[in-house]
Amino acid sequence: MKKPIICFNNFTFKYDSQKNPTLHDINLTINQGEKILIVGPSGCGKSTLGHCLNGLVPFAYKGDITGSLKVNGQETKDLTIFSLSKIVGTVLQDPDGQFIGLSVGEDIAFSLENDEVPIDIMKEKVIDISKLINMEKYLGASVHELSGGQRQRVALGGVLVEQVDVLLFDEPLANLDPATGRHAIKLIDEIQKELHTTVIIIEHRLEDVLDQHVDRIIVMDQGRIISDTTPNELLASSILEQTNIREPLYIRALKYANCKLTPEMNLEHFNKLNLYDCKEALHNWYKSTSIQKSLPEAESILEVEKITFAYGAQKPTINDISFTIRKGEMISIVGKNGAGKSTLSRLICGFEKGHSGKMFFAGEDMKDVTIRERAEKIGMVMQNPNHMISKHMIYDEVALGLVLRGISEDEIKERVEKALQVCGLFPFRNWPISALSFGQRKRVTIASILVLNPEVIILDEPTAGQDFFHYTQIMEFLAKLNRLGITIIMVTHDMHLMLEYTPRCLVIADGKLIADDSAVNVLSNKKIVEAANLKQTSLFELARRANIEHPTEFVARFISFDKEVRGFGN
Amino acid sequence: MATEMLAYIDRKSFIHGLSGATKLIIFIMWSSIAMLTYDTRILLVLFIFSMIVLKVSKIKLREIGFVLLFILAFLLLNNIAIYIFSPQEGVKIYGTSHVLVEIVGRYNITLEQLFYQFNITLKYFAVIPAALLFIVTTHPSEFAASLNKIGVNYKIAYSVSLALRYIPDIQRDFRTIAQAQQARGIDLSSKEKLTKRIKNAGSIILPLILSSLDRIDTISNAMELRAFGKKKQRTWYNERNFNRHDYVTMLVGFIILIVSLVITFSDGSRFYNPFV
Amino acid sequence: MERGLSIKTIVAIGIGSAVFVILGRFASIPTGIPNTSIETSYAFLALMSIIFGPIAGVLIGLIGHALKDALFYGSIWWSWVLVSSFVGLFIGVFASRINIQSGIFGGKQIITFNIVQAIVQAIGWFLIAPTLDIIIYAEPANKVYLQGIAAGLSNIVTVGVIGTILLISYARTRSKSNSLSVE
Repeated sequence: MKKPIICFNNFTFKYDSQKNPTLHDINLTINQGEKILIVGPSGCGKSTLGHCLNGLVPFAYKGDITGSLKVNGQETKDLTIFSLSKIVGTVLQDPDGQFIGLSVGEDIAFSLENDEVPIDIMKEKVIDISKLINMEKYLGASVHELSGGQRQRVALGGVLVEQVDVLLFDEPLANLDPATGRHAIKLIDEIQKELHTTVIIIEHRLEDVLDQHVDRIIVMDQGRIISDTTPNELLASSILEQTNIREPLYIRALKYANCKLTPEMNLEHFNKLNLYDCKEALHNWYKSTSIQKSLPEAESILEVEKITFAYGAQKPTINDISFTIRKGEMISIVGKNGAGKSTLSRLICGFEKGHSGKMFFAGEDMKDVTIRERAEKIGMVMQNPNHMISKHMIYDEVALGLVLRGISEDEIKERVEKALQVCGLFPFRNWPISALSFGQRKRVTIASILVLNPEVIILDEPTAGQDFFHYTQIMEFLAKLNRLGITIIMVTHDMHLMLEYTPRCLVIADGKLIADDSAVNVLSNKKIVEAANLKQTSLFELARRANIEHPTEFVARFISFDKEVRGFGN
Repeated sequence: MATEMLAYIDRKSFIHGLSGATKLIIFIMWSSIAMLTYDTRILLVLFIFSMIVLKVSKIKLREIGFVLLFILAFLLLNNIAIYIFSPQEGVKIYGTSHVLVEIVGRYNITLEQLFYQFNITLKYFAVIPAALLFIVTTHPSEFAASLNKIGVNYKIAYSVSLALRYIPDIQRDFRTIAQAQQARGIDLSSKEKLTKRIKNAGSIILPLILSSLDRIDTISNAMELRAFGKKKQRTWYNERNFNRHDYVTMLVGFIILIVSLVITFSDGSRFYNPFV
Repeated sequence: MERGLSIKTIVAIGIGSAVFVILGRFASIPTGIPNTSIETSYAFLALMSIIFGPIAGVLIGLIGHALKDALFYGSIWWSWVLVSSFVGLFIGVFASRINIQSGIFGGKQIITFNIVQAIVQAIGWFLIAPTLDIIIYAEPANKVYLQGIAAGLSNIVTVGVIGTILLISYARTRSKSNSLSVE
């Protein structure tokens, strides 16, 4: 008989700062040793649920609780955040915020230090844990020498050191590239098998988490639990579609092919999937669909010729890169963290100087074009909108670039209003920016770039941390801009984004351009996928398993079909 | 990054081998002497002694060259300013006047003034190597533990560690923000009028400050979840216990402190006066 | 539950000091008058003292300024470091009547803030800094007083302009905005 470790009973929680409860009437029991995935769109309350478990609610975020939540048999409101932290260990979403020590060893030791563990015992424990997370060679390294994946492993180590009963992961994949994300999920699985802890993962990237087995998936929407079942049952149902959570692509493909999905097909384990008579259905679907014709090639707008660049005396971050981007393209630049993607876009915008090689904008050499002049041709949208926003009101923020350029007030008004209309912000023009959501802020920053009438916009990770609904909103908006004639370049490591929206992608690994090809081809090429820390799409494997002759063509048709079905692309 | 910052330089030396707390205590004693005394003899001894320590630490001058250049430039300007503002300060202090070069009235160069300005410069030279050495030979990880060891409240000591941890992150944020705002047309260079520049500075620092305030929330949560502040004390992963070298060093430092103070104040004035 | 300083205050001191270092090094604007620049870091210090209180203020001034001197210039000018922490402390003490979290920072609060900051900084830069320079370094009085007055005036103006802008902006992020409607 399994022993319950977490027990929500008619649990409702309302933040003091909010009018309505964030969690409604939650009933949920999690047994010792279980591995649970909690999914749901942004704002569904899944993070708040996590906060209830680790004690941030109600100890750091105050509010009203009704009902009961027992962890290890004790009511959490009668415990302290410290005693809860001994039971539930949390790995937060932002590894930069969680990694507070100056070195790996220190950070792992952090909670031991707070518990006054003597140094010799502490050092022993730190070494043990670092072996568990494969970081034993990096104990003296500082956070700035580590990759995103390594930082996350350290964060996990810092929690494991307490020998907690429950491990809680809050969006562990949010900041990782696909291959690193995959390793993270695998590591979580291995640790659970070794230590028999209860694992709770909060994440909306369902397909990536399902890389390893989970026992149950809880689906949340609008503060309530709407489904609590096994992965196989859930994937066979239509709950995910209804709650705007992205289904694994292979599931969606099977649905398009009108396959009847049953739990018996072993839907959760893609590698052990029983296709039965679905093979035929997939074949039929493949034959019945076609692909939209690609556009004729336009003249080039941006030419990059043999660019090499290094920060100070370090080895080159960008090494002999050449490519041409044509007017009206929508293109992605992909590659692992630190491969040089961001540096490349900063070079294009003139943020960084001192590269060798040449750059041409519409045939004109950009050597002597200043950062400010370039902004009128090539706009750059940062990943974090809060890094760009400096005004209180939306209108003023969007107008800023024009005001600084000494443009007349009438023209400013006209251009700002137009940009706001394009970005769907016109109804909010007199709102303070602080009242906007993250996605809306992103649009404000895009509007503030658009208002300068650039012909090219570069976006750094436009959809990072966004759920499926907001992802679709942002991307459809960008596709609309693209149809208005603006060339769009996106730096990303989102496989879906590159497949669905960018016909062409540039792949960068270790400062070099290793591929310049269609997204479908890139994601079907094992060598490139590995070199750039990408992940092969499950669609490709599905097509291969169904013995479809041209798997890449299958992927391409799926993408084209999917866009139509989802009702965009008009 | 284009701008250089002093950082820990890894070497194997006697100085590196000392505990951070020892170096901190020595640094504080050293600074106190150099601040209190104006006795040329003591300052000279301190200066020579710190040059020896620099040698022992195996830190090369060129590794800290950019800072030395800055300090030399500062000292030059400062000396010029002192002379312009108060060319007879030395005469006032030492009570005699030996004119070397006659220029006009109070701008006559006196031996006393030269000696006074020599002393001011020497004061900097006596303390700067100690500060530099402390920074480049103490690993930042050990810094907070050392502060705590010499009696600073551990929470405050940890805030110093946090500052060191996040300076590079905030510097990166600052660059990103400044570049984005420059692209929009914000200019901080001297091409703009001053009032405009002040307003523009606001547009760059406001996003930095607001995102740093968000960061404070995230980090507080992370620390809370890992039981920071649970007990009255905490241990430190990077703390080093004192060994024989540490005790000897501290003893030597203490003797130097006492001797210096005795010599300095034995004649009732902190100035050493060779003119009477 | 709180024993001594809260975690938030500790983190605010750490991050605040880091921001102070970066602003002091990279966001100080030369005015054209030798040796005087617009030190945006003091506007930030004033903001932090008001949000997180005098203890945060005194320590951000102390740690931030000492680290800035040490990391970029290799030595610490204690006389001026002490004034920074003095400014952080007393802006925090005397401006505690301004409840910035309420989101209200209007005419009355702006006047209170500016009177406080001007007096505190005047004492700090016009009196304490030069006096310490004379005591520690035996620098000529007329030189250090003039330096102090120049630095003080420029900092009072900087905090008065940028500090006030920062506080207004911060207060706005605190205010409840439930009166918004889509147009």
